[in-house]
Amino acid sequence: MSVLLTENTKIVVQGITGSEGSFHTQQMMEYNTKVVAGVTPGKGGQKFNETVPIFNTVKEAAAETGANASVIFVPPPFAADAIMEAAEAGLGLIICITEGIPAKDMVKVYDYIQDKNTHLVGPNCPGVISPGIGKMGIMPAFIHQQGHVGVISRSGTLTYEAVGQLSARNIGQSTCIGIGGDPVIGTRFIDALKLFNEDEDTHAVVMIGEIGGSAEEEAAEWIKANFKKPVVGFIAGQTAPPGRRMGHAGAIISGGQGTAADKMAAMEAAGIHVCKSPADIGKMIEEVL
Amino acid sequence: MNIHEYQAKEILKAYKVPVPEGYPVFSVDEAVEAAKKLPTDVCVVKAQIHAGGRGKGGGVKIAKTKDDVKGLASEILGMTLITHQTGPAGKKVNKLLIEQGIDIDRELYLGMVLDRGSSQYVMMASTEGGMEIEKVAAETPEKILKVWIDPGVGLQGFKARQLAFGLGLAGKQVGNAVKFMMALYNAFDANDCSIAEINPLVVTKSGDVLALDAKINFDDSALYRHKDILELRDLTEEDPSEVEASKDGLNYIKLDGNVGCMVNGAGLAMATMDIIKLAGGEPANLLDVGGGANVETVRNGFKIILSDKNVKAVLINIFGGIVRCDRVAGGVIEAVNSMDINVPVVVRLEGTNAKEAAVLLQESGMDFIVASDIADAAQKVVAAIN
Repeated sequence: MSVLLTENTKIVVQGITGSEGSFHTQQMMEYNTKVVAGVTPGKGGQKFNETVPIFNTVKEAAAETGANASVIFVPPPFAADAIMEAAEAGLGLIICITEGIPAKDMVKVYDYIQDKNTHLVGPNCPGVISPGIGKMGIMPAFIHQQGHVGVISRSGTLTYEAVGQLSARNIGQSTCIGIGGDPVIGTRFIDALKLFNEDEDTHAVVMIGEIGGSAEEEAAEWIKANFKKPVVGFIAGQTAPPGRRMGHAGAIISGGQGTAADKMAAMEAAGIHVCKSPADIGKMIEEVL
Repeated sequence: MNIHEYQAKEILKAYKVPVPEGYPVFSVDEAVEAAKKLPTDVCVVKAQIHAGGRGKGGGVKIAKTKDDVKGLASEILGMTLITHQTGPAGKKVNKLLIEQGIDIDRELYLGMVLDRGSSQYVMMASTEGGMEIEKVAAETPEKILKVWIDPGVGLQGFKARQLAFGLGLAGKQVGNAVKFMMALYNAFDANDCSIAEINPLVVTKSGDVLALDAKINFDDSALYRHKDILELRDLTEEDPSEVEASKDGLNYIKLDGNVGCMVNGAGLAMATMDIIKLAGGEPANLLDVGGGANVETVRNGFKIILSDKNVKAVLINIFGGIVRCDRVAGGVIEAVNSMDINVPVVVRLEGTNAKEAAVLLQESGMDFIVASDIADAAQKVVAAIN
């Protein structure tokens, strides 16, 4: 088993004809992911790679193909609209890869989807992969291995680093969720942890945070009260200076809040196995399993 | 993106936020002329740099009469202002704001920012105006009043009134403060601001409410729809190498150490900095070459890293996903070949086509130090310096 992306997930790709969208759709299909439809307004009726039907709207795509999940590669000015379109169409899982969506747009999206029955992952994230089942996103599939460790991360390549360390030790993953590096995101650490808590096939979780905000502290508190499985944690940005935005829009220490030290202390207090070095993530999981 | 106080006040004024009358000037003569236009005899001379703490650093002075403006302007203009936000090198003052004096009754605080916890914008007010708000938040959080703004309807009058009454305002002060808050919200919303701080927000003895100081930052992701705001960018206030890097689509942040870093992805870049520090070194920068690392970006990255004279060794840490490591290796070889690089270069390439990349580096006959993993890379680069 796995979370979010399972055997029953049928995917529509929004922005399938763009350069990013078409390249990654190809990669997703090579990994045997069930891509059943694409959406590019104005290109309805065409086919992607002569196999995947393209529609003008998500609603049509879902009605015609039974798609129940979307992955979005739409450029930033149109991405918020694309998320809301997918939510309105009733898709239960929406993964937005797009980087650089204005925060104001995401505040509106977040509000809009509150009463919709959907999981939004991202934006500005590598996506979700359930090894052996499929991938919705831009992560390199070949570094993954099917198994029982869940991975939740605010970062992209740092997630690959952690997964690489796991697979090198023959420790497979149930699902890896890149929740994204923006200030406003759909799925937060706690939402992902709840899913892994209920998933019998997930035996332990790797949680990779960053400086900025207080999501890691809140997750730590929740873990202490509710989480039944061992958690290994790492926080990137231990050496970051305050007031500087460290690449991700969300990665900034402001007003003394959001430091790595605070987050690591909160995680340790919650019984999480915190790695000081990013090189120790794989080793630490091996120890706790 | 950050702008000057006088620019922030011009934007606010356009949205009917009350601000003191004032004029930006670039010379002492202009300062004297500006003072003549002001309605008050008392004038304020304010250094315009992108940093807080200007008052404490001696960059804000009150002229008791217009005759004093000349002396104060020549004192501040051209000085290097050092505040807790400028760093030890300080910032040279090239512009002044000459403003009317205000008959202050109370100094308050008003701010607006994105609250990540609720994913909504929040407006905050405090009676502790003029203080560092971070300090107030840490020591007396009960003195900060907050209202969250419903994204569907925007700031409503009743929420502004909650803040106004909460601040202990009375009579016509309340109406003026509410008008001020609604106008500030409109300015923030229309311009995709990421932060707006009015500190202090002053109540005058006649009951007017206005912005004595104003700090506005913009959401970089939204600048594509605000060409007018992009024109307010003052490159002289930014680190020249960071400006250069942004032209090449690279994300570069200069730090104080001596290990230059080139990494793909912000999270891995931060983690690389962390592990260098754990190995006993100090990172000289964060450089994220992004998802599309190629020969060009690697060469530009090298150029920027080596422009920092403190750099004594370079660590390249790439986890190739979509990026192919053999292409990055090709870029590294070409860059080292075409440039005069006389510091040790440690390379760690992992992920897509990592084996092919290792072969390329070996066959190049160049003096790369090849690392097997992230910990090995950090140890080797620190060893190379010592």
